[in-house]
Amino acid sequence: MILRLAIASLFARALTVGMTVLAIGLSVMLFLGVEKVRTGAKASFADTISGTDLIVGARSGSVQLLLYSVFRIGNATNNVTWQSYQDIAAWPEVEWIVPISLGDSHRQFRVMGTTPAFFERYKYRRDRGLSVADGVLMDDLFDAVIGADVANALGYRVDDPIVVAHGLASFLHHDDQPFRVAGILEKTGTPVDRTVIVSLAAIEAIHVDWKSGARAPGAGTPEEVIRQMDLTPNAITAALVGVESPIQIFGLQRAINEYSEEPLLAILPGVALQELWAIVGVAETALLAVSAMVVVTALIGMMATIFSSLNERRREMAIFRAMGARPRVIVAMLVLEAVLTAALGGALGLGLLYFGLIVAQPIVDSAFGLWLPIEAPALRELWVLIGVIVAGAVVSLVPALRAYRLSLADGMMVRT
Amino acid sequence: MNEKAPILELQDVRFRWPGRVVFEMSVPDFSVAPGETVLLLGESGSGKSTLLSLICGTVLAQAGRVSVAGTALDELSGGKRDRFRGEHVGVVFQQFNLLPFGSVLENIRLPLRFAPERRARVADEAQEAARLCNALGLPEAVLGSRAAALSVGQQQRVAVARALIGQPPILLADEPTSALDEESQSAFLDLMFKQVRASGATLLMVSHDPRLSTRFDRVVRMSDIAHVERQAA
Repeated sequence: MILRLAIASLFARALTVGMTVLAIGLSVMLFLGVEKVRTGAKASFADTISGTDLIVGARSGSVQLLLYSVFRIGNATNNVTWQSYQDIAAWPEVEWIVPISLGDSHRQFRVMGTTPAFFERYKYRRDRGLSVADGVLMDDLFDAVIGADVANALGYRVDDPIVVAHGLASFLHHDDQPFRVAGILEKTGTPVDRTVIVSLAAIEAIHVDWKSGARAPGAGTPEEVIRQMDLTPNAITAALVGVESPIQIFGLQRAINEYSEEPLLAILPGVALQELWAIVGVAETALLAVSAMVVVTALIGMMATIFSSLNERRREMAIFRAMGARPRVIVAMLVLEAVLTAALGGALGLGLLYFGLIVAQPIVDSAFGLWLPIEAPALRELWVLIGVIVAGAVVSLVPALRAYRLSLADGMMVRT
Repeated sequence: MNEKAPILELQDVRFRWPGRVVFEMSVPDFSVAPGETVLLLGESGSGKSTLLSLICGTVLAQAGRVSVAGTALDELSGGKRDRFRGEHVGVVFQQFNLLPFGSVLENIRLPLRFAPERRARVADEAQEAARLCNALGLPEAVLGSRAAALSVGQQQRVAVARALIGQPPILLADEPTSALDEESQSAFLDLMFKQVRASGATLLMVSHDPRLSTRFDRVVRMSDIAHVERQAA
């Protein structure tokens, strides 16, 4: 009956209690939401490349290799010769190998030369592959496939001509060899969205008339002639490798790292991603701390509400006291009230979180390529809720102890 | 329990509220016999409420002896005093007696939560509450309604029902009629007296209204039993 009376008392103050529940609910939603986005971002980041067992490049640092080969940030210090590439490709452990060649740009976007196998082998978010939203994959030498962000930012559509610049942020345009947009890829939330993909041969074709970074004098080689030329590259930037069996990964990695013809580096993408996240992920902790402070603020708001209700409820407490209730019953009732309020707030927060997730999931996925999974509350989230309820009880002890002293000092004859 | 022994007894009591305004009260000798109905007359500020608090044991005298039903309150610990009050004393305040958000039935049953002996004397709580309401002239349908929905007169009757459920030996009433108009005052007192006599309880009622005197076995003026001293701190 005491519990029922406590609930009835809460209902009698539905407006103020409702506001407190709402404040706690929103703060809990924010906290859990930040946590969701944080883990989602981490998972998305880790899912930037999957299905690739090793990334091979010129010897440098593992994070650097990851940055330029997968994230298209920074530059390779050196190339991998075509001989080495073919040599490794022929090793029995290698199930597949996809070369990539970087170094050119189109406007603010990087151009990547690769083979059609890239579209088949590049996976993200565990097993998602690339697919064409519009148009087709390149089948001509001067065909380009562009990522969703490239198409969006530059307003390109299929069959639009594009010009590739030599080098990065360069004013030297390869005017002679205009490319055609053959296809536009679906949004993936990976750096592929910001990449212009052409064939390896196309990268060579662009550079036919270029020597040492400058245009060779004389008339440009006509397109028809280029099409007749042998456009096998001399070097590539990096290669994605899949192995026959997972147990061979480390052996192959060691073999590549010890490759005698050329200094090479093979990295496990997952390991390098984790190293990189350790650098990038510092901000996440700050974000989490801020949202935790919001929860604390909401709980202090509840404490203030209980405090301000004490005066009008001295009569109620005096009645309980007159009936023979000990002062600690008064304390227990106030704490119970806070626990109920905090629990309601937590439940509301959880409800709002799931509602928000259902609404925002497709939007966030297409806008940021961030996949927020909707799953049953994990143990971690339940701990957060329990923490909020316990914190609510602790916070309510302050006004409850004041009520305890008041109810001792008032006796039972409160003037109203 | 000895029939002759007073149910309420205050001897050489001195009490002072802590803090704020200095308020000192001394009660040299005051006692009430079992089954007696006593009206305690006094103006506001004469220490009536303080006296009730002392008898309830929510405050303790600095000196002297307050005994209720043969038990000296200062010998009990705080928690035991609260339990003792719940078991032995029913209280009716001037007004705002009830928890406004609870139902009438919940309000009437409330003291039984804190008084197991009183609870044991009631076979069926809902039935006993209905009986008391009926005896106090309240329609039975009132049991389920929210206390705040009742008129002040009805609330005071519910308060009497709550004070009497489980037959505590003492009923304390602090100006229970002052919020009522004259007509309902009289009807209220008729009903209350009838139930007090039926349960055999001792009634100590404080009031400033001497017109009520005729109904009581004994009328005591606050100024005759207590000396009050107050000054601004």
